[in-house]
Amino acid sequence: MLLLECPYCGAKCEETELSPGGEAHIKRYGPGSSDEDFEAYLFMRENPKGVHFERWRHVYGCGKWFHAARCTQSLEVFGTYAAQTFEPPQEIKDKISGKRPGWSWRDFS
Amino acid sequence: MSQVGCVVTHWIVGNEQDKGIPNTQSKNRIRNHMRRYSAFAIVREGARYHTGWERAWKSPAPKKRYDAIIVGAGGHGLATAYYLGKNHGIKNVAILEKGWLGGGNTGRNTTIIRSNYLQDPSAAIYDKARSLYETMSQDLNYNVMFSPRGVMMLAQTEHEIRGYERTAHANALQGVATEFISPQRVKELVPIINIHGPRYPVLGALWQPRGGTARHDAVAWGYARACSDMGMDIIQQCEVTGVRRDGDKVIGVDTTKGAIDCDKLGVVVAGHSGVLADMAGFRLPIESVALQALVSEPIKPCMDVVVMANTVHGYMSQSDKGEMVIGGGADGYNNYTQRGSFHHIEETVRALVETFPMISRLKMLRQWGGIVDMTGDRSPIISKTPVENMFINCGWGTGGFKAIPGSGYAMAELMAKGVSPLADEFTMWRFGEGKFIDESVAAGVAH
Ligand SMILES: Cc1cc2nc3c(=O)[nH]c(=O)nc-3n(C[C@H](O)[C@H](O)[C@H](O)COP(=O)(O)OP(=O)(O)OC[C@H]3O[C@@H](n4cnc5c(N)ncnc54)[C@H](O)[C@@H]3O)c2cc1C
Ligand SMILES: [Zn+2]
Repeated sequence: MLLLECPYCGAKCEETELSPGGEAHIKRYGPGSSDEDFEAYLFMRENPKGVHFERWRHVYGCGKWFHAARCTQSLEVFGTYAAQTFEPPQEIKDKISGKRPGWSWRDFS
Repeated sequence: MSQVGCVVTHWIVGNEQDKGIPNTQSKNRIRNHMRRYSAFAIVREGARYHTGWERAWKSPAPKKRYDAIIVGAGGHGLATAYYLGKNHGIKNVAILEKGWLGGGNTGRNTTIIRSNYLQDPSAAIYDKARSLYETMSQDLNYNVMFSPRGVMMLAQTEHEIRGYERTAHANALQGVATEFISPQRVKELVPIINIHGPRYPVLGALWQPRGGTARHDAVAWGYARACSDMGMDIIQQCEVTGVRRDGDKVIGVDTTKGAIDCDKLGVVVAGHSGVLADMAGFRLPIESVALQALVSEPIKPCMDVVVMANTVHGYMSQSDKGEMVIGGGADGYNNYTQRGSFHHIEETVRALVETFPMISRLKMLRQWGGIVDMTGDRSPIISKTPVENMFINCGWGTGGFKAIPGSGYAMAELMAKGVSPLADEFTMWRFGEGKFIDESVAAGVAH
C-alpha cells in the first residue's frame, strides 16, 4: 500500500484516494517530429527497477495532478512535487542521491 | 544388480551436488538419458522403497560458451530451449535463471488456458499453444495435469454480449471452437452461480469447452527435465548482470557466475524485460506491474469449470486440492516487489461474492503477487531486437501461462531461422508502425 503526500493540499493519501498516471516528464512530440520521437513519446517507457518518476492525481481529494519520486524495487517514496515542472526539483534529486548514490533516470541524475 | 548400481550412483551424485562440490568424475556417471516415468516405474520404485528416483534435471556449472543462451527459466524460456533442441537440433544451450526455475510468474499464475482471442495472430499462437497442451504430458513424459474442463467468460453488460458475440464469430472463422451460451446454460454448467444480479446479472457467456487449467509448476519442471535430458545446462542462482556486445552484435552475457559467451541470446524474463533491455541499450514499450492471486481454504468440489467475470474484474476455478483459485486486476503503477496492493484483493473478492454468494463464508488461505510485463495493446512481443543475434520474448503480461508451448515453439523458430510465421506480427516495432494486435477486450481481465 502506497502513501503519498499531495503537494497541493498536504493530505497524506492512501493510494485508493489517488489515481496513477504513469511515467512523468514525458515530452510531447507532435506534427513535424521524427517517427522515432513520436513512437517513443507514445509507446516507449522507462521501466526501471529502482528510482522512478511518476504522475499521480489526487482524484478523491483536491483533484490535482502532481509528481512522485519512488523506488519500484522497495516501494520507498522519496518525495512528491508539483506538476508544473519539466524535471524533478533539486531538493528531490539531492534526497535521492543521499539514498541511492549514482542513480540516473533518463537525462536526470 | 544394475538397478542397485544405479541407485548408488544417484546417491553419490546427489550428495555431492547438495554440498556444491563439483566432481567431474562422478558427473560423467550421471545417466545420459533420463528414466521414463510410467505406471511400471511407480511399481518398481515402490518395491524398493522409492530409493531409485533420479533427479529430474542436472545442476551443472556454466561452460565458457554456448550456441544459444536463454535468460529466464520460466515456462517461456524453458519451452524456447526445448523447441530449439527438439525442432531445430540446437542442443548446446544454457538456460540461466537468477532464482529457481519456475519461480517467476510461471509458478505464480492461476493457470487458465484458453485461446478465445479476437485477432487472427493471437488466435493462431494461443490455439497452437492450447493444442500443444493437449498432448504435453505425453510429449514430455511428465504429468502436467492438463484439465480441459471448459472456460467461460461471463457477459454481465449489454456491451459485453456484443463483444463476446463478435469474438465467437471471429473464433469460428479462425477455427477456434467457442460459442456464446445463454444464462440458463451458464447456470447448468455452474450451479453455484447467481445469474440474477442485482448489480451484474449474467446475460450469457463466451464458452470454450476445450479451455481449462494445468499444473503450472509441472509445466516448468517437465520442460526442464526434457531440456536437461537433451544435454542442455539449466543454471539456477545465476543472474545475468550485463549483455556483452561487439558493436551491434551480442557476444555473451555477464552473470553472477562469470562471463559466458554465446552466438545467440534469447531474453525471456517477463517482468524484468525492461531491465535486460536496459543492459543491452534499448527501450521497450513495456511497463512492469504487480498482479495478485489468492486461494481460499479447501472445500469439497463445487465448480468444475473456469469462470471469468471481466466486468467485475475477477475470475475463479477450483484446484484439485479443493481451494478456490481467485485472481483479479493488476496494480496501476510500476513495481518490482512481487507484492501488490491490498485493495485489489478486496475489490476482486467483493465482486465475486456477488456472483458466487456461497464463497462469502470462505477464509483466504494464501495470497501472492507476480510482476507482469504489460504492453500497450495487451499482446506479447516475440521479436528480434536492435542488437544483432539478440531476441526477446516478453509482454505476456497477465495472460501468458496459456501460451507457453506456442510461444516457445515460435521463439525457437525465430532464433534458429530468423523468421517464424507464428511470431511475425508480434515484433517490437509494430507499435511505431501502428500495427497493434489489440486484445484489450479479450484480455479485459488479468488472467
Ligand atoms: C497472479 C498471476 C496470475 C496469472 N494468471 C494467469 C492465468 O490464469 N493464465 C495465463 O495464461 N497467465 C496467467 N498469468 C501470466 C503468466 O503467469 C505469465 O505470462 C507467464 O508465466 C510468463 O512466463 P515467463 O516464462 O515469460 O516468465 P517467468 O515465469 O516470470 O520467468 C521469467 C524468469 O526470468 C528470471 N529472470 C529475470 N531477470 C533475470 C536475470 N537478470 N537473470 C536471470 N534470470 C532472470 C526470473 O527469475 C524468472 O524466473 C498470471 C500471472 C500472475 C502474476
Ligand atoms: Zn490534494
